[in-house]
Amino acid sequence: MSSSMSMQSASGFSSGTPGGGPNPADEQTEPASTLSIFALDYKKHEDIKHMLDSNKDNLKLEAMRRVIGMIAKGKDAADLFPAVVKNVVSKNMEVKKLVYVYLMRYAEEQQDLALLSIATFQRALKDPNQLIRASALRVLSSIRVPTIVTIMMLAIREAVYDMSPYVRKTAANAIAKLYALDPELKEELIAVIVKLLADKTILVNGSAVQAFEQVCPERIDLIHKNYRRLCNLLVDIDEWSQVTVLNMLTRYARTQFVDPNKTVEDDKNNFYGDENNSKEKSENDDEDSLEKRTYTMDSDHRLLLRCTKPLLQSRNSAVVMAVAQLYHYVAPRSEIHVIANALIRLLRHHREIQTIVLKCIASMAEKNKDIFGPFLKAFYVRSSDSSHVKRYKLEILTTLACATNISTVLRELQTYVLSPDKEFAAQTIHAIGRCASTIPEVTEACLNGLVGYMSKKDETIVAESVVVVKKLLQINPVQYGDIIKHIVRKVDKITVPQARASILWLIGEYSERISKLAPDVLRKMAKTFPDEEAIVKHQILNLAAKLYVMNAKQTHLLVQYVFNLAKYDTNYDTRDKARLLRALLFQADKCPALSKHAKKILLASKPAPLLESIVRNHDQYTLGTLSYVIGQTVPGYTDLPDYPLEPSDSSIRNVEVIRPSPSQDESPRKPSSSGKKKSTTDEKFYSDEEENDENEGTSTEGPDDEDEEDEEGDDDEESENEEEEKSDEDEDEDGEKPAKTINQTDEYEQLDARSPTVVDNHESSEENDTESEDEEETSASEDTTDGEGEEKIIEKHTLSFNKSPSNIAISGFSMATTTEKSIAEDDLEAFLGITTTSASNQQSTTKASVRDDLQNLESLSTPSTLTYIRQYECLNRMTGQGLQIQYRFPRTPFQRATNMVHIELTFTNTIPNNDIRSIKFIKSKSGVNIQGFSDIDQLPGGASIITSIGIDFNDTTQAASFDISIGGRQLATSISIPCHVGELFQPKFINEKDFNKSLSSLRGMHEITGTLNVNETQISKFNFTTIQTKVVQCANVSSVPSSSGDSTVYRFSGQTVSSKALVLIAIQLNMSRSTINLTLNSDRIILATMLLKEIQQAISTIS
Amino acid sequence: MIHSLFIINGSGEIFMEKHWKTVVSKSICDYFFEAQKKCGNPEDVSPVIATPHHYLINICRSSLYFVAVLTNEGAPLFVIEFLHRIMDVFEEYFVTCTETTLKDNYVIVYELLDEMLDSGLPLATETSVLKELIKPPNLLRKVAHLVTGDSTNVSDALPSNQLSNIPWRRLGIKYTNNEAYFDLIEEIDAIIDRNGATVMGEIQGYIDCCVKLSGMPDLTLNFINPRLLDDISFHPCVRLKKWESDHVISFVPPDGNFRLISYHIGSQNSISIPIYVKSNIQYREGSSGRFELTVGPKQTMGKPLESVSIECAMPKSVLNCTLTPTQ
Repeated sequence: MSSSMSMQSASGFSSGTPGGGPNPADEQTEPASTLSIFALDYKKHEDIKHMLDSNKDNLKLEAMRRVIGMIAKGKDAADLFPAVVKNVVSKNMEVKKLVYVYLMRYAEEQQDLALLSIATFQRALKDPNQLIRASALRVLSSIRVPTIVTIMMLAIREAVYDMSPYVRKTAANAIAKLYALDPELKEELIAVIVKLLADKTILVNGSAVQAFEQVCPERIDLIHKNYRRLCNLLVDIDEWSQVTVLNMLTRYARTQFVDPNKTVEDDKNNFYGDENNSKEKSENDDEDSLEKRTYTMDSDHRLLLRCTKPLLQSRNSAVVMAVAQLYHYVAPRSEIHVIANALIRLLRHHREIQTIVLKCIASMAEKNKDIFGPFLKAFYVRSSDSSHVKRYKLEILTTLACATNISTVLRELQTYVLSPDKEFAAQTIHAIGRCASTIPEVTEACLNGLVGYMSKKDETIVAESVVVVKKLLQINPVQYGDIIKHIVRKVDKITVPQARASILWLIGEYSERISKLAPDVLRKMAKTFPDEEAIVKHQILNLAAKLYVMNAKQTHLLVQYVFNLAKYDTNYDTRDKARLLRALLFQADKCPALSKHAKKILLASKPAPLLESIVRNHDQYTLGTLSYVIGQTVPGYTDLPDYPLEPSDSSIRNVEVIRPSPSQDESPRKPSSSGKKKSTTDEKFYSDEEENDENEGTSTEGPDDEDEEDEEGDDDEESENEEEEKSDEDEDEDGEKPAKTINQTDEYEQLDARSPTVVDNHESSEENDTESEDEEETSASEDTTDGEGEEKIIEKHTLSFNKSPSNIAISGFSMATTTEKSIAEDDLEAFLGITTTSASNQQSTTKASVRDDLQNLESLSTPSTLTYIRQYECLNRMTGQGLQIQYRFPRTPFQRATNMVHIELTFTNTIPNNDIRSIKFIKSKSGVNIQGFSDIDQLPGGASIITSIGIDFNDTTQAASFDISIGGRQLATSISIPCHVGELFQPKFINEKDFNKSLSSLRGMHEITGTLNVNETQISKFNFTTIQTKVVQCANVSSVPSSSGDSTVYRFSGQTVSSKALVLIAIQLNMSRSTINLTLNSDRIILATMLLKEIQQAISTIS
Repeated sequence: MIHSLFIINGSGEIFMEKHWKTVVSKSICDYFFEAQKKCGNPEDVSPVIATPHHYLINICRSSLYFVAVLTNEGAPLFVIEFLHRIMDVFEEYFVTCTETTLKDNYVIVYELLDEMLDSGLPLATETSVLKELIKPPNLLRKVAHLVTGDSTNVSDALPSNQLSNIPWRRLGIKYTNNEAYFDLIEEIDAIIDRNGATVMGEIQGYIDCCVKLSGMPDLTLNFINPRLLDDISFHPCVRLKKWESDHVISFVPPDGNFRLISYHIGSQNSISIPIYVKSNIQYREGSSGRFELTVGPKQTMGKPLESVSIECAMPKSVLNCTLTPTQ
């Protein structure tokens, strides 16, 4: 019965009575007696408990919604904790989610009970769905229960190796939370941060920097290695993390680079302007004196400025502000002006944003007047502006005023004085006063204007004018005797205490100029003394004392009278002041020393007041911070450090090509619950394509600085990828370690994997080259195992690294550097259809064999998809009139259309000193859907360009053909690109459970099998690494992590690019019979058959 | 960074609160109310208020106050921008963001706040991502809820590929009619002096899009004279480098409505205004006066002007006025 009642109230409640709020029932009962409220309240909670205990999901959901309603209202729902926490295991996603929300709110208060839920989270951390893993980690780290710190630490460490970047990002976020809970874990957390900072997914890096800022902002050394990458990929980080990263980079720049403005001042002629500084720097290294004078900006410093500039166009004001702040503190003075436009654009945002931006502009304008000078009009006040906005705009106008624009500023200010907003008008008058004091040309005009305001009706304006005029007169009293007289006459009319006090002070100070008027004023004041404000009374006393000193005869009685009045004043300050002055003036016997100098004391020349800006005292804080805005130090605020005198060595930011990644080896490793092979999709950033595009666009223009740097960036990135892949591979091996502990045989496998004989020639030779950091860009070696009579060139991207900034110019794309010889050979082979082992390959092989033994371990763990990428030729230089086109499958998804196979085309102009112009893509009529490359305007002799196209092969291996035109003429032969069966796939990550599930639906006619007989020595070589290498070489598939620990079955999964049809590969070793059984399941049975053949062939080559 | 959030209605009632870290008592808002009381105009409340231990950052939009509580250093603009983003998301979900809609959908509001911030740091702020995690309310589901009493805000199947390379667009969008609309909106702000001469004029323009295209479209937008647009802010989907090099807007659009770019043409450029305005004010002795305003189209524009409306803000001291239109 009670459940039906609760249903009613629940549905009435969630259908939403307008204005009723989440608890209408509660409000309706208010008129009832207190007893019934208690009863109902009690019963209501009982209701919810009952609903939560029921086994119907929708009842639970309704109950949870009501609980959330209570939390949202700020009502206490703590007594429901046991009932709610039970439902953490609910299958219903929304119930679960709401329980999470409840837990995050109350777990802290009921720690013991909260522990009951921990097991559920731990289970969820292993869930195949990345979102569930992430949310479990998020809740686990948010419930703030100190007893589970160790569990959190474990979970974070595990999540860092998760294959989903989203989970890794959550782990990064959790770090700060854990640190807040237990600061003692700092060292361990730093190790995790190091790992995350180096993560190749930019999504993770942003959060990692946030964690870095929270946990160890002082460990700036952790940034060195990631600095360039962070700069280059800054635009791709999400906007919120951008702010943090920008702030961090500002700090980094301030600690690592020298002040770009300092040396400029020393020697204006040697402006920092020369861009190819590095060369100059190296020349000047030994000449200290010269070095000092010519400031050359560090290339990394330049990189930072260049990479942050586009962010000024972000829609997020916080990002724009962060960039502006960075430029303000780090950029040379002559470059700061770029921020002005963007900041002024922000003035169109919401009122709150305007206020803060204007405040920052006010500070910046004070330091660099000229950058906002041209935008004076943007700061004109509108009647609709809020009072803060008006105030800051006025401030900026005043700061920007200079001799050239003062007339326009003053005219504008004059209209503001008439504003109905009195406070604003008063501020305007103050501003006019400031203008008058800073710009001598207009002082007189301003003073006259201000004196004019004194005859206005409005009191606030008059009062403010008086105060300002008083200050101005004080600065230069000699000239303006008339004005003083004019003011003195005003004293009767003015009633605002501040103004009256100012006038009295003026009279006292300059009484000798108005010796006739002054005593009379005192007389009038004496009459009204009791009714004046304290501030006026003080000034009356001052005036009296000064007059007494100057003209004792005439004023003696009057002064005595005033002092007597003050003696019985209610205000103790007034009484004190009177007592002091009386002692000084009349009781000469008591303190003769002072009385002698009474005149000097009272009429000492006073320093003129400075008319200061309202933001001045905030300048000590870093722009844009909370401390800056409120003008006081907020917990967690740190000052921006000053530039160091000596810049740090730029080589610390270099990233080595092959890094043994010590952080990984040291940190205790945890197996990742899933995923052996990293997704190649992850490597593809949104801007990758962009960067390629850009290179396309710019590389034809010949090498300039920009280009070089960009390419450097690309190199960086690539190497990072490679490195990461490597570390991933490391992880992969790790992934097997838990299995190892369970299964002894696995351990043997591991040892096996490290045995030197398994090494593939190509891998080792490549490894060698990279190790020796050969400056040679590319080396081509040929694969002789290819059965189709087509040459395959294993393309290798050398990741050469500049040790000094001077050799930035490494064109990562100049394939043309392949030696002449090998080109000739290529041509020959292409015509004859014969494959021969190229001499170069043999050479490198022999060279490699020397170091083989040493390198084995590393080359095994070196992955990588790059080595599986073969380059084929589709247009040789004979038919292409000097243009050679090679293509390869980079195995990354095609950005513009997901159902297309991504193909990279390398255009090489093989004829030196002859530019090929205007290469265009022409779609052929074959009906195959091809996304062409954008036109290449010019290809200089010997150079090469990489573009990418997408082809929808529609799950067939039929060649796709298209035409190209060179210089307007269409080539006679069309370009035809056959697709290798393995490239029609893309990896699909599934776990073993899903694998088996999918397998069961692809039985029967969707299954093909094959057997391979091998000899005994061969089968001993088979292990996960060798098989994976071969399979991945054949096809773009990913391995399925084995959870059963069975080391004789290897599973791989992928899907076709066009139709996303699943293909499952299982390879079973039969040790006793020395056979290998291959099973392929797919509903694309033709493709599967072809793939089977290829894999069979590839595996048989393992020896 | 953000510790807690309070949502306060126009009459000063705190009707919703959310804490991402340890609970902060409601009474912290008293400082805000105090500051509010000091200023006559609700617009004049300082966006940042310092209290002894906490810092309140507030925004006011559509007569709702969002007050965020901070305890540590952080960029105020970050918080303000984020609060506005929350409002934007609410508006996208509930069409209007008012006290009533928020109260009606408090569960969704709470779930959204939970997804958007992870212990005070922004997590998912793109509506396309959020909409996959939490379904926006719509009529159909409301009806279903009334009939069956069973409905859920959370999508049953969690998006598996939610984290596509492009966070603002999910995979697998399909439309039968592929269409894209672009609205160009320009606001001109100008100060015109008594004689009708333009003292200052600036244009704030937006390109708002409604894109309903299948798959992963890659769009390019060309301008005849891109040099005019020297001060632009872009939606994150726009490739900044492409704009810098070629002055072409190249982007993969989010699904649905969004603001592609907003630009500002500053006061340095001379801007021709489609209307002319002349004004004349005379004060008579006593308490009345005469204010003449002449508005007309400028002949040079060639296009007709539509729905011209004139608003005059009178100072507070004006008690009443009589309006006499003349042609």
